[in-house]
Amino acid sequence: MAIDKSVIGKSGKPFTMPIEWSKVREFARAIRDPNPVWFDPELARKECNGIPVPPTFLQVAAFWQDADSMPTVHFDLRRILHGEQEFELYKPILVGDVLTGTAKVVEVYEREGGRGGKMTFMVTEIEYKNQKGEKVAIARSTLIETGQAVGG
Amino acid sequence: MAFKVKYESIKVGDALPTITVDNVARPDFVRYAGASGDFVPLHYDQPFVEAAGIPTVFAQGMWTAGCLGRCLTDYAGAGNVRRYRVRFSRQVWPGDTLTCRGKVTNKTEKDGDKLIEGELEVINQKGEATVKGNFAVLAG
Repeated sequence: MAIDKSVIGKSGKPFTMPIEWSKVREFARAIRDPNPVWFDPELARKECNGIPVPPTFLQVAAFWQDADSMPTVHFDLRRILHGEQEFELYKPILVGDVLTGTAKVVEVYEREGGRGGKMTFMVTEIEYKNQKGEKVAIARSTLIETGQAVGG
Repeated sequence: MAFKVKYESIKVGDALPTITVDNVARPDFVRYAGASGDFVPLHYDQPFVEAAGIPTVFAQGMWTAGCLGRCLTDYAGAGNVRRYRVRFSRQVWPGDTLTCRGKVTNKTEKDGDKLIEGELEVINQKGEATVKGNFAVLAG
């Protein structure tokens, strides 16, 4: 399939991401993280001025967007790989915050791979601001569509 | 935000807390799918992966990266992570046992912040790296 480079530089419709305690707890349990700071509001208030979120928690938001919030190249789900992920965190994100995320496609390119054949790369960035308008984070993601199945 | 590490007492080469993730299992992937919303079927749908030519379901990369992130929050305190970057090099399969570890490679002061920088990795039971990463955390 020829790659569609027209999405490069396009931003999606901003989406809202309320930071909720039950989601934070569920996420912490899922990554087997027993740190009481996710589960004990009193302790969290003392240590962090509120209940913080794990450093990869914003990944949740990446899947909460509506289709028009994420300009994307449509990859074949059987051949998709997550290549890289980066979070730049500028200010603490606490339960009760309401974030606004704006996603954009930064790069789309092809490269000849090894056993996976020709690979297509898509780099996206989501910038998050909090309810005070402060920039709190950037999540940068590289997805890869391989030429053939990747397992085994 | 309380600091857990003191800038002056950290040395390049210091190890972060090592975390072992025993017996990775399919429920981990299902639980993470629900928690994160990552419903890419490669991680829970056995007929789907077999049809794609893959022997079995495997972990979401971000599940493994989440487990590795615990090294940072245990070390520096939740809320003190400033940068966390990971690169996925190999799948994590059911039955794997993972070791998450890291070390300090640099100390730097920037815009009034005292930052500790370093490298991280997740190693499976065969000694292969599945995730490699780097980080910056705030110190007091």
